[in-house]
Parts: sequence; structure tokens; C-alpha cells
Amino acid sequence: MSAALKTGVLDLAAEAFLARYEGLRARLTGDAALREQAAGLFRSAGLPGPREEAWRYTALRPLAEVRFAEPLTPVEDCADLLARLPAISAPRLVFVDGRFREDLSRVPECVAVRVGGPAFGGLADPAREALVALNTMLAEDGAEIAVADGVDAGTLMIASLGTSGAGRIGAFHPRHAITLGRGAKLTLVDVAIGEGVYLNNAVTSVRVAEDAALTHLRLQMESEAAFSIATIYAEVAARGTYDSFTLTLGARLSRAEIHARLAGPEAIAHLNAARLLRGVQHGDFTTVVRHDAPNCASRQTVKTVLAGKSRGVFQGKIEVARIAQKTDGYQMNQAMLLSPDAEMDSKPQLEIYADDVKCSHGATVGEIDPEQLFYLRSRGVPQEMARMMLIRAFLAEAIDGVAHDEGRAAMEAAIEAWWEQGL
Amino acid sequence: MLEIQNLAAAIGDKPILRGIDLVVPKGEVHAIMGPNGSGKSTLSYVLSGRPGYDVTGGSATFDGQDLLEMEPEERAALGVFLAFQYPVELPGVGNANFLRTALNAQRRARGEAELDAPAFLKLARAEMKRLSMPDDMLKRNVNVGFSGGEKKRNEVLQMAILKPRIAILDETDSGLDIDALKIVAEGVNAQRGPDFSALVITHYQRLLDYIVPDRVHVLAGGRIIRSGGPELALELEANGYGAIVDAAA
Repeated sequence: MSAALKTGVLDLAAEAFLARYEGLRARLTGDAALREQAAGLFRSAGLPGPREEAWRYTALRPLAEVRFAEPLTPVEDCADLLARLPAISAPRLVFVDGRFREDLSRVPECVAVRVGGPAFGGLADPAREALVALNTMLAEDGAEIAVADGVDAGTLMIASLGTSGAGRIGAFHPRHAITLGRGAKLTLVDVAIGEGVYLNNAVTSVRVAEDAALTHLRLQMESEAAFSIATIYAEVAARGTYDSFTLTLGARLSRAEIHARLAGPEAIAHLNAARLLRGVQHGDFTTVVRHDAPNCASRQTVKTVLAGKSRGVFQGKIEVARIAQKTDGYQMNQAMLLSPDAEMDSKPQLEIYADDVKCSHGATVGEIDPEQLFYLRSRGVPQEMARMMLIRAFLAEAIDGVAHDEGRAAMEAAIEAWWEQGL
Repeated sequence: MLEIQNLAAAIGDKPILRGIDLVVPKGEVHAIMGPNGSGKSTLSYVLSGRPGYDVTGGSATFDGQDLLEMEPEERAALGVFLAFQYPVELPGVGNANFLRTALNAQRRARGEAELDAPAFLKLARAEMKRLSMPDDMLKRNVNVGFSGGEKKRNEVLQMAILKPRIAILDETDSGLDIDALKIVAEGVNAQRGPDFSALVITHYQRLLDYIVPDRVHVLAGGRIIRSGGPELALELEANGYGAIVDAAA
């Protein structure tokens, strides 16, 4: 009975998204055939339920119970949200409820940017990920960012501002594509903030050519009532680097899913994360690292702090193809529970088909160490400050690895602000 | 002045301290010696407020204020300092940040002005020089990767910077070679004065060659069974605890 009901809710929600597509399709720009194919895939797959292995720990039911609607009038006043964007001295592309806002943006000079429609990229797989199919079907806008061969493009911020526009609960499906030419460099500070209830279901394709390096700093600071799904596909050519860091503080239900493929020799991927969740927040970080060439390295350090009744999920898969000899893979997933009602689910997976590889993984779940807490208090540090120091220390191993000074400072400031709001 | 009257404490159902009476007047250094399991460390933890100990009777006051009613951080701000037998490692917490946070938290609690970073560094560097500690120990994480001697020196550094009014040194000599022992003792002696008192807990007499106490107390079975001058430590060293414990029984 209850299983049938659950399926029913997910089905109804999928139908609502499909109905939206039928209503909008004439107006949607970009590759119509791709959308039509995605719609077909989404129609048959629906929203993934708990029986699907990849969604075993993350139930989409709370999202499915919300009736999303198109924001009727674009939100004009977002001064409050803009003021909360991290202080990064760089050009920025601002999207409000998924739509590009030229008036709020400062387009960079040394980077080719195209906006005004979805940037589908070529890496996403709507056949495998239903939410990517949903995005492909309904994507309206996004940024296509290209850095030419040999160019060091500095830093660029891409900001998503989510609102409950005009009192209606919006759903938006941004679609970005980032391409770095040979030897190119870029730091992309990818920020998502918002107010109220909305769904931000973003898909980003990243291509890093030979010897190029993308630093992708993601700050997920969505409204704690919002739903946030971000799927990233990164493909890294020989000697290229995709260095990503995900800070998760916001959203009632979030999932960041990163698929990184090391396609050429000596390519590097870092998929690091720090997460702080409280209340009834649910945060899922899912990674799939595919080693498809020899001598590549992947690093994942994931630190999660869970308060209240929050729940953290980490699913980390490392696939090593037969050709990928001398692979160096590392995955460490550590959680600190601040409350007996918090929960952490971890699922590391290694699939190794090469015989000369080094792959290590580990997972720990713990609490604040009472010895450490007493040590600090015995020196005069008040209890709450001591707890905060130990939580920061726990996160430090991950956050100290962010080499970009402004980006790291922005993350530390965001954590500080989060802490000041109380658990 | 530290005044302990008939103090009794237990861990769970197990009584450890069975009625301690002890007065450490302002400006004096007292040693507490005793065999293993006599309750020495428990006394230091009860005085500093470590969770897990139940005070089942008696009192402990410092300058008339009831220590046992206070949180550990309040005792610290009042001027109570515990040098740990096993200093705790704090990965991810820099030593400088730790020391400055602690110092300023105490100063705030006492209504004093906080020290800014340059003023703090000046103070810390001067004290480190005195303890023969390299400057880079400020940059390292608290006690992480420190040798036993470095950890103990770091405890004494904290004491030197926090300037407590009473320091409880819990087997600070354990695991130290003679050179490190001298440095640590010099660090403690440097604090001695009319406004500093100390309770030096030790198993061996050796430390008391370098930190000469005003009084020596022997703790056994959760009670102080004998008190005397510095010569009592020599007697213990010569005859062992057995004779004194048997005589008191």
C-alpha cells in the first residue's frame, strides 16, 4: 500500500514536469531533437525511487510532493540576495530563477561567453540519469564558457539566485558548458543562493583539454527550504586537471553528483567536499571517477558535519579501466555527528580492472572528542567556541586544500555565517 | 589560596578520593606524591572540572570562590591551570590560534582588553625563547607530531602565556629526559612569586630537585596520609611508599 502510494507521488510529479514540457516546447530553444529524446527517456524512467541503487539513500518524495510552477513575472528586486554573494573580485554571470540577468552581470573579457539558451555540452547522459533527462527536457538558459588555448582566464563567478518568484514555487534547470583549450586555466566560483522554496536542477558539462586546469569552487548556500540537484560531467585530457571543491550548507534536500572521467594520461581530478547540515536537511554527495588512461590521479576528501536530524550521504565510486595502469586513487570520507538523531550513510565502491594500481579509501563517523573539548575548555575557551574550533579543525583538512585565497575566504565566511545562525 | 576540605570524588560507583584536606597558600608551591592509583590525577581533574567525575562530598575553593560549581572555562579565567599528564593533540588547530584564542577568552571573561595578533606574537615569542622552543612550534597544530618533551614544553608555554594564579602540574616530569626536565622546571620557577602558587603532582622525587616545594604531601588510597617539608620527598625516595603507607594504615 505505502509502496504503491510512494510510486504514485513520484509518478504524478513526473507527469507534471512532462505537462510543463508539452506546454513550453514550442518556446524552448536549442536542440529540439535532444529535448524530445530526453523527454522520452524521462517519460519512461520517471523520477528515481528508493529501489534504484543510485538513489537508495536519497528519497525524492519531498520534492515530488511540491507543486512547481513557472514564475510568472521575473523577479526584479534581488538586492538582498546579491548582497549575500561572496566577495570575489572577478567578473560574474548572474542567473535569477535560472534566467540570465545581464543587468546584474559583468561579462569577462578573456573568456568567450554565450548565454540566452541552454548550453547542452556533450557529456551529459540523460539515458542514465533521470534528473539529467529532466534538465535536458526543460532547460531554458545557461552559460557556455570557453577559454582559448594557452589563456589564463583568472577567476569567473557564476551565481544562481533562487526565489519563490511572485509567490509561486519555481523549478529551473540551468544548463552550462565549460570548455578549456589546451594549456588554459580558469577558476570558476559557482555559487547558488536563494530564498524560499524552489527547485534548482542544474547540469554542467566540463571539458578540460591537454595541460589545462579548471578549479571549480562550488558554494551551495541555497535556501534551507529549497531543493538542489547539481549534476556535473567533467572530462579531463592528458595532463589536465579538474580540481573541484563543493561546500554544501543549504537546501532542504540536495544532491551533488559529479562524474569525472580521466581520459588522457597523467590527468588529475580532485572531488573534495565539506558539508554542514542541520535541522532536517538531507545532503547527498555522489561521485563517479572513471580512470580511462594510465598514470592518472584522483583525490577525494569529503568532510561532513551533521547536526539536528540531518542526514548526509556519500556515494563514491572509482572505476579503473584495464588500460589505466599506475592509477593513483584516494578517497577519504569522514563525518562528525553533533546529535544522536543525525545520520550518515556512506557507500564507497571500487571497480578495478587494471592490475598495477594504488587505490585507497576510508570512512569514519565520529563525534566531537570529549578529551579535545575539555582540553580547550581547561584553557579558558567557552564550550560553544571550543566546539566550533573543533568543527573548523575537522573541516580544515578539506578546506585548507583550496588554494584560491578569495574562494577559501568566501567558504570560511559562509561557514562562519552558518554557525552564527545556530544549530 | 586553594582550600580543599574533606573532598570526596568517584568515577561511577568507584570512590577514588576519600576525604582530602589540603591548603595551598598564595605564593607557595606544594608537591603531591603518591603511588600509582592513589588518586593524584583524579584530584587534578576534579579541581579543573573534567567531566566524568562525581564529587560526592567536601569542597574546593580558590580565593573563597567555589571551584566545584564552575565550568572548566570559568575556573581557567579565575586563574586555575592544569598542565596535562598527556597533552591532547588538536589536528587542524594551529598552536598560535589556540593560545591566542585561549588567552583572549580568559581576558574577555575577566573584563580585560584582548591582545591583537602582533602583541600576542611578541609575548609568545619571548616565552618560547625562554623555553628553548623553535618559532615554528607556533605554526604547527597543537601537540600534533610533538615529541613527549615538546608536548610538556608546550604545556609550560601555555602556562607562561596564560599566567595562572595556581598551576596544577600532573606528572609533568613523566617521559622527560634530564635536559627537558630542567627546561620545564625553569619554566615553572620563572612563574614563582607572591601571586603564583602550584600543586606539583609527581610520582618521583627527581622533579622536586628542580622545583623545590614549600610542602610535600603524600596521597595514598584517596587520602593525604602525611605532610611535611621538602625532606619528606627525599625520605620517600630512599624508603619507597610502602613504609609510609604501612605506617599510616
